[in-house]
Amino acid sequence: MSWSEMSPLLSQACWDTLYMVGWSTLIAVVGGLPLGILLVLTDRGGLLQNVVANKVLGQVVNVARSMPFIILMVALMTFTRWITGTTIGREAAIVPLAIGAIPFFARLVETSVREVDGGLVEAVQSMGGNTWTIVRKVLVPESLPSLIAGTTTTIVALIGYSAMAGTVGAGGLGDIAIRYGYQRFETELMWITVAILAVVISLIQFAGDFAARSLHGRGGRSGPAPKLRLLKAK
Amino acid sequence: MITTTGLTKVYRSRGREVTALDGVDLHVREGEVYGVIGQSGAGKSSLIRCVNLLERPTSGTVTVAGQDLTALAGRGPRAGKELRQARSRIGMVFQHFNLLSSRTVQDNVELPLEILGKSGKERSRKALELLDLVGLADKAKAYPAQLSGGQKQRVGIARALAGDPKVLLSDEATSALDPETTRSILQLLRDLNRQLGLTVLLITHEMDVVKSICDSAALMENGRIVESGTVSELLATPGSQLASALFPVAGEATGDDRTVVDVTFHGEAATQPVISQLSRTYNIDISILGAAIDTVGGLQVGRMRIELPGRYEDNVVPIGFLREQGLQIDVVGQEPVLLVEGAK
Repeated sequence: MSWSEMSPLLSQACWDTLYMVGWSTLIAVVGGLPLGILLVLTDRGGLLQNVVANKVLGQVVNVARSMPFIILMVALMTFTRWITGTTIGREAAIVPLAIGAIPFFARLVETSVREVDGGLVEAVQSMGGNTWTIVRKVLVPESLPSLIAGTTTTIVALIGYSAMAGTVGAGGLGDIAIRYGYQRFETELMWITVAILAVVISLIQFAGDFAARSLHGRGGRSGPAPKLRLLKAK
Repeated sequence: MITTTGLTKVYRSRGREVTALDGVDLHVREGEVYGVIGQSGAGKSSLIRCVNLLERPTSGTVTVAGQDLTALAGRGPRAGKELRQARSRIGMVFQHFNLLSSRTVQDNVELPLEILGKSGKERSRKALELLDLVGLADKAKAYPAQLSGGQKQRVGIARALAGDPKVLLSDEATSALDPETTRSILQLLRDLNRQLGLTVLLITHEMDVVKSICDSAALMENGRIVESGTVSELLATPGSQLASALFPVAGEATGDDRTVVDVTFHGEAATQPVISQLSRTYNIDISILGAAIDTVGGLQVGRMRIELPGRYEDNVVPIGFLREQGLQIDVVGQEPVLLVEGAK
C-alpha cells in the first residue's frame, strides 16, 4: 500500500478518533464532574450527607466502571439507537464511550475533591457560604490541578476505548489497525497507526501535565493542615 | 456580646458517646478579649465551633450580639439563610489559616465579600483597606504559598474582618507560629480590639496568650469551665489555678516544719514594706524562695513565695497579719484549712 493510498485513510481515521474522543470527553466531564462531587457531598460526614443516595450512586458507578467496554457498547445499543437513530458510525460510538467514561471520570473527580482540606470548607462556612458557594469557590478551584490530571487520564482511556468502537463501524485509528493491519496484513499501515497513537497520547499527556503544573505553580496548600474529610454543614 | 447557657455537645460514633461540652455557661462582654484555655481534648475547639454553630450543640443556647443563633439553626442538618447571615457577621481565624491556595491574597480577603454579594469595586477597595490595616498592602497579588506563617495569619485576620464583624473568634490562631510571630499577631489582635471595638473570643493552650492580651479568661477541663472571670478577679481569687498558672512562682519548702506562703501584691499593697514589718513585728526569720513582677492583662502584679519557720498552726497569726495588709495570701498545700477558715 503506497503512502498516497494510506494518507487519506489515516487522516480520516485520525479525524474520526478525535471526533469521538472529543465529544465523549466533553460529555464525560459535564456528567462526571457533578456526579463525582455528589459522591463526596452525600457521603457520611459530607455537606449533603445522604447515605442511601450515596450508596446507590456509588453502586451505579461501580457497576458501570467494571463493565468491559465492548459489552457495554453492545448492551447500550437500544439506548444508542434511541439517542442517535442508529447503532453504526462515529456518532453512535459517542454514546457508549461517554457513558463508559462518566463513571470513570466521576471516580477521579471524587478522589480529587476529597483531597481538598476540610478546613477550607469550614472557613467558607464560617463566612456564611452555602453548599453551592463551597462547591464553586472551594472544591472545584482548589482541586483544579488534580481535576485536569484526571481529565487527561480520561482522554487517554477514551482513546483506548475508541479503538473498540471500530467494531460498530465507527472508524478511527483502532479500526484501521484491525481492518488493514490485522485482517489484510498491512503491517506497515498498522505500525504507522501505532506511531500516530503514541504521538497523540504523548501530546495529550504533555499538555495535561503542563496545564496541571502551571496551576500548581501558584503554590501548594495554604497550610500544613492534614487533609481532613469534608466537615458537615451544621 | 457572646453568651452560652448550658451548652452541651455529645459526639456519638459507633455506639460510643463522648461528651465534649458539659453544660458550659460563658459570658463574653462587649469589647473585651476573652481567652479560653485548656489542654487538648478539654473541649475548647468544640466550644468555639458551637459559637457560630459550625458545630451544632446537643443542647443549650448560644446568643451572639443579642441574637439567639441556636433558634436560627432550624432542625435540619444544613445551615439556613438566617444562620448564614448571622455567621457572616462573626469573623473567624484558624490555626492553620485556611486560605485558598488557588486565590491571591487579595482574592482571599474578597471571598467573604463575594458571599455577601458586594460589587467588584467595593470588594477590592475593602480588601486593600484591610490588607493595609494588617500591614500586608504590598502582598495583595501574592499567593498564600509565597507567604510566611505570620503573614498568612494576617491575611486570615483581614479576611475575617471583611464582613465588618462585631465579634472575632480565634481558634488557636497563634499555635502554629513561632514565639516572635505569635507576639506580633497577638499585638495585632489587641490593636484591632481597641481600634475597632472588636469583641474577641479566643481559645488557646498557651498561657502566654492569655497573659499578654486577655481581659478575661476561663479554664476548661473535661468539657466544663472550672474557673472564669476577669484577669484581676482571677488573680484575687485564693487558690485559683489560672492565677497561679498565669503567674507562677517556684520554690520548694526546705523542710517539713516550714510553712510556704504565696503573697500576691497588686495595687496599693505593692508599695508597703510588709515583709520587713512582718519580720520585726513577730520576730521571725523569713526566707524568700521566689519572686517576680509581671504585667498580666495590663496590670502590674507582684508575687512572692516566702517560707516561715514552723508549721501552719504556728503561723496563723503572722499569716493573719499579712491578710490584714490587704495582700492576697495562698498557703501552699493548705487549701483544706483555708476552706475551714472560710467557713467560720
